[in-house]
Amino acid sequence: MSRNRILASLILGWAVLSPAGPAVAQSGPTAPPSEPMVFATEEQEASYQKLVRELRCTVCQNQNLIESNAPLAADLRRQISVMIKDGAQTDEVVEYMVARYGDFVLFRPPKNATTYLLWYGPGALMVIALTLLGWILWRRRSQVTTAPLSLEEQERLRRLLDDDNKGSA
Amino acid sequence: MKLRFVLPLVAFFALVGLLWVGLSLDPRALPSPLIGREAPTFDLAELREPDTRFTSAEMLGKPALFNVWASWCVTCRQEHPMLAELRRSGVPIYGLNYKDTRSDALRFLARYGDPYDAIGFDESGMVGIDWGVYATPETFLMDRHGVIRFKHIGMITPEIIEEKILPLYRQLEMES
Repeated sequence: MSRNRILASLILGWAVLSPAGPAVAQSGPTAPPSEPMVFATEEQEASYQKLVRELRCTVCQNQNLIESNAPLAADLRRQISVMIKDGAQTDEVVEYMVARYGDFVLFRPPKNATTYLLWYGPGALMVIALTLLGWILWRRRSQVTTAPLSLEEQERLRRLLDDDNKGSA
Repeated sequence: MKLRFVLPLVAFFALVGLLWVGLSLDPRALPSPLIGREAPTFDLAELREPDTRFTSAEMLGKPALFNVWASWCVTCRQEHPMLAELRRSGVPIYGLNYKDTRSDALRFLARYGDPYDAIGFDESGMVGIDWGVYATPETFLMDRHGVIRFKHIGMITPEIIEEKILPLYRQLEMES
């Protein structure tokens, strides 16, 4: 089992790093389950639509509440609609969900000590990569010498060019 | 020049290391925000005696195990003998019958045994939502004040009983 894990990590590592790695299939948006929700105002409708897209279904973890067909997602959609109809604000609903399921339900996690790497890691990597690139380019340019040719070299160059002109003439 | 070959190798092994750790994590085991907090309260009809109520207050006074289950949940069936085992060790076991029908749940208990002191019948799943339930079976261990001290998602195994639940239960029994 442990050997399988070594193999799996090696293969994954190769797949991610190799330029010809397997293309990851992108799943398109799925149709929202038909479940008529009637709201009194457009604002309520809008905050409901926003919430069910930003909150994750904890059963099928890569879907949000509107995409998921899990029974729990249906219950949570109903609960959110009830709360909104009762006049709850968006952040009150988010608080309600986080209190029960943790920060994990948020597709936009809060910025705190455990998520700094998540939020700023890509930016930091980008800065490191650009710095490295700049440094390599700068070093390469300083390696290109533009020293003038010595007398012997000029002589040799002229001879070569003359030979060439004679040859083609 | 050597750096050109060493750097990708270092990057490769760093990535393999991350993936190695990643593969050992269980993506379904989410940290519960309820640990260390007072358990959500409820007032439900008892599953076996529909005319009586089972409230969360009944679980106070002694450390107690709270198990969320359903007759449609296959893992709950596999887990069931473990609960009887815990009951024999003297742990009070309360249940939450989650999004089930009464007849199915009663048939389940008749067939596989009934280790529960009391069972709340949560037909709508609303109490389950309050407890942050998303994957039955889920098991909570509470101290005598009703503070959730431990949560396990998925089947309880003999190892989890021996290494986690029973030691913590004995410790909670000592606490005043």
